[in-house]
Amino acid sequence: MSNLTPAQRVTIARHEGRPGVADYIEHLFTDFFEQKGDRQCREDPSILGGIALFHGKPVTVIGTRKGKNLQENLKCNFGMPGPEGYRKALRIMKQAEKFGRPILTFIDTPGAYPGLEAEARGQGEAIARNLFEMSQLSVPIVAVITGEGNSGGALALGVADTVLMLENAVYSILSPEGFASILWKDSSRSGEACELMKLTAEDLLEQKVIDAIIPEPEGGAHMDVEAQMAAVDQALTAALNSLQKISDISIAGQRYKKFRAMGGNGYYDGN
Amino acid sequence: MIPVFNKRRKHMLAMKAMREGQIPAASPVEVTCPKCQTATARQQLSRNQYVCPNCGHHFPIGAYFRLSLILDSGSFRELDENLTSADPMEFPGYSEKLDQCRQKTGLSEAVVTATGRIEGRKVAVAVLDSRFLMGSMSAAVGEKVTRLIEHATRNRLPVVIFSASGGARMQEGILSLMQMAKTSAALARHSQKGGLFISVLTDPTTGGVTASFASLGDITLAEPGALIGFAGPRVIEQTIGQKLPEGFQRAEYLEEHGFVDQIVPRKQMRAVLAQLLTLHYRGGAAQ
Repeated sequence: MSNLTPAQRVTIARHEGRPGVADYIEHLFTDFFEQKGDRQCREDPSILGGIALFHGKPVTVIGTRKGKNLQENLKCNFGMPGPEGYRKALRIMKQAEKFGRPILTFIDTPGAYPGLEAEARGQGEAIARNLFEMSQLSVPIVAVITGEGNSGGALALGVADTVLMLENAVYSILSPEGFASILWKDSSRSGEACELMKLTAEDLLEQKVIDAIIPEPEGGAHMDVEAQMAAVDQALTAALNSLQKISDISIAGQRYKKFRAMGGNGYYDGN
Repeated sequence: MIPVFNKRRKHMLAMKAMREGQIPAASPVEVTCPKCQTATARQQLSRNQYVCPNCGHHFPIGAYFRLSLILDSGSFRELDENLTSADPMEFPGYSEKLDQCRQKTGLSEAVVTATGRIEGRKVAVAVLDSRFLMGSMSAAVGEKVTRLIEHATRNRLPVVIFSASGGARMQEGILSLMQMAKTSAALARHSQKGGLFISVLTDPTTGGVTASFASLGDITLAEPGALIGFAGPRVIEQTIGQKLPEGFQRAEYLEEHGFVDQIVPRKQMRAVLAQLLTLHYRGGAAQ
């Protein structure tokens, strides 16, 4: 594991050349069929999802999408989904359950979009509903934090049986800028925030928030995309193989226990 | 023997509630309404359940005071009273801040959980308290709420949660975020077993609490004028670069947009909760 500072990892995690969900779909899956729309009011391109074959087996694949160039960035709202995106994701996850397909999610988002319309259409409710429903799904779920996983906007695709994280990815309560802004009313102190937030893959593995770290090529995933794809492929295959040994009936129970235990070192029970 | 215990418990809640009568704390004798600027004697305001007698503005109230307004007298049984944050990230200055908060509020954490009765019907109830680090969700808050829900599921009790929160507890980082999944998962199980959950949104309910348990009620109520949202108004204004419309993210706005069943003034809350418990009462079962 390379000795980068948390702030340096944040920079790598946000690198514009870093592979995103569209790249993973292109390299690791075949026969991808995109499913659009929340069936209520809108298609939200900041989440990409559909059905595909992973090593010949049907899976549902979903990820937050930032886009590759400015035009795409704008269309995808820089990877910040609105409630419609989360509702689309939930719709296709429920379908995955119906057809017995495992669910694979790829997470790389600055957070859920803090906008007027997002609020009017229930951003909070949409995220909450995903947490609620994902905790009960009877198919295996594997989540990969590929870039930055910020706030409830990331967790809304992250209630998984196995949570994997790329070596230089970060996963946190909020962006370091937002964190510094809330805590010290000064977003320019984000570097300092990075040091305190324990947002690196190593920190999170120690806290048992994630289950395994996927290694990256020297300098980051963008330096050797092929090698990165192979590493992610290997980790996903291993995760799915071990999850498929668990019965449909007990998988949600096991997932419950996993999240039930989170934060167990965070309180003192004086009763 | 039982009446003596009851008397003592009743006394305890009343005492704790009385101590909390000291909010808002600016002046000991008179409180000025932030909405209509009318000054009201503190005693009168307290008798009026901290609702401005002139304009109806609902002041924030403490958890024990809230419970004293809702529960049948003598029915309050607090759960996990001494479960507190362990400062898991060893965040600079956090444990001092927690100590200050504990001293200032008399609370051990930002939520009080209890069982009690409303018009004779037993409920499991949680009340978040915005005086304690803005009612933010620590691992301890998540654990207390989850234990309450699990207790209710096991004992077939309805759950009532009064939310008031600025969102995540920054000083606990990712563990705070994970409490969203933990509490939501507990509610999913409660729901699957046919359990009732009534979510009451009070001023303010934002961030990670809005994006988890507060939004998952079978029935969702809100206090008049309460600020309810995922992102805070300041963040949204910065993002979209314009002023937000009057009334945006207030309880009435959420009702209009389909996210709240009813807005219930504080003085009617106990009666409405009693009505909902009656409407969900199944024969001899607890709910």
